[in-house]
Amino acid sequence: MKPRIAGKPGAALLAIMLVASLAGRARADEILIAAAASLTDVLKEIGSIYRVGSKRKVNFTFGSSSMLARQIDEGAPADIFFSADLPQMDNLDKKGRLEPGTRKNLLSNTLVIVVPADSKLTLSSPKDLLKPEVKRIALAQPSSVPVGSYSSKYLADEGLWNQVKPKVIPVQDVRATLAAVESGNVEAGFVYKTDAAVSKKVTAVYEVPIHKGPQITYPIAIVKESKKKKAARHFLSFVVGPAAKERFKKHGFILLE
Amino acid sequence: MLILSLETWQITFFSIAVGLASTLLILPFGIAVAWLFARKEWPLKSMVETVVLLPLVMPPVSTGLILLKIFGRRSPVGQWLYDRGVEIVFNWKGVLIAMAVMSFPLLVRSVRTSFAEVNPRLEQIAATLGASGLRIFFVITVPLAFRGIVAGGLLAFSRALGEFGATILLAGNIPGRTQTLSLAIFNFVQLGKDREAYTLLAITVIIAFVFVWSSEWLLRSGKKY
Repeated sequence: MKPRIAGKPGAALLAIMLVASLAGRARADEILIAAAASLTDVLKEIGSIYRVGSKRKVNFTFGSSSMLARQIDEGAPADIFFSADLPQMDNLDKKGRLEPGTRKNLLSNTLVIVVPADSKLTLSSPKDLLKPEVKRIALAQPSSVPVGSYSSKYLADEGLWNQVKPKVIPVQDVRATLAAVESGNVEAGFVYKTDAAVSKKVTAVYEVPIHKGPQITYPIAIVKESKKKKAARHFLSFVVGPAAKERFKKHGFILLE
Repeated sequence: MLILSLETWQITFFSIAVGLASTLLILPFGIAVAWLFARKEWPLKSMVETVVLLPLVMPPVSTGLILLKIFGRRSPVGQWLYDRGVEIVFNWKGVLIAMAVMSFPLLVRSVRTSFAEVNPRLEQIAATLGASGLRIFFVITVPLAFRGIVAGGLLAFSRALGEFGATILLAGNIPGRTQTLSLAIFNFVQLGKDREAYTLLAITVIIAFVFVWSSEWLLRSGKKY
């Protein structure tokens, strides 16, 4: 009686686990890069170019920089960390989780003001945000999200924050900002240039000059506990090389160096 | 839209496989725990019940954080597993564990109710006729609670398929390795790729529909007794 009942699901379970393990298996020389979600597209491209050239496959796990830093801190087996946020990298560095001498500030981004693609507003400078036609401005939560704090800091530097603040609608993140602008529920919003480039339903009307805006940095480093440091170094040298740089540029990132 | 990319097929297949594996994995434990809850009394029982149901009320991300703490390399458990070459974090096994933990309470709740509805007199009669406890369980209790068990399994599978918060923290979001339908949808939404997100959403709806419908059918055809 008992074996019959335990047997069938048991066999099915075994078969499914076998299939699942085949689907999810990683080869020993494949490295894993923990990368900020905003880098998904460009890194997938770079990963496939690298694969063709070097015959080595790389895997990525994408998420928010703070979550990835948390996972690496708990010993998650990532080989490289590519953050969209300097403090997260600093935090891991302080805890001794990074391989010394491998950290590089690779990319930068700029802030842009976006309006709905069908908007009739003419915004040519941040001062125009004070116009009465601009009733609501979407901004990622300035207290917790990097892009939000960058934007509010920039407006404060321009001496506009106190007047703009009552118009601000704080939203969850860059995506939510874009969604609010796309829907036309707000007249304008602040996002990264690379994010604005993805959406066809918004127009970037003003780009904050890089020397005036806050320093936005994407640092990369090898994780100290990586067991595949040689492969990680190989990929890292590819990421800072000309072929990868060209891809980053094409996606609107600014190369630091 | 009809011609799905290889990547989409892989994500779909992977999600269903791990979701089913998770459900089958927790089924025997869930039935055992549900039976204990429904039929036995012991001191501090309500405490144990609460602990088992906790993942249902806690935000999935915090459950994921606890799982990451347990299975991460810094913990004794994680270190022990790591020394033996068992990887949970950033691995499909992490997906399996996250799904199993998050769907377990739903299974237990559903099965427990159906056990409670089985008239204990029938079990007592079987006992007076000389049936052993195990025999009573499999011949009387389980068949009578069958609908609840199927419903619980279905609920658990649905929860596993929709699992997001605990999975992304424990297993990461690795395309081709740990990315499930829910994680891929999230990723596409973040990137503003609504079309791809809707395609995966449609697949999720189809899977849910097929499973709910087939379980209804199963329950109807099993009504004979």
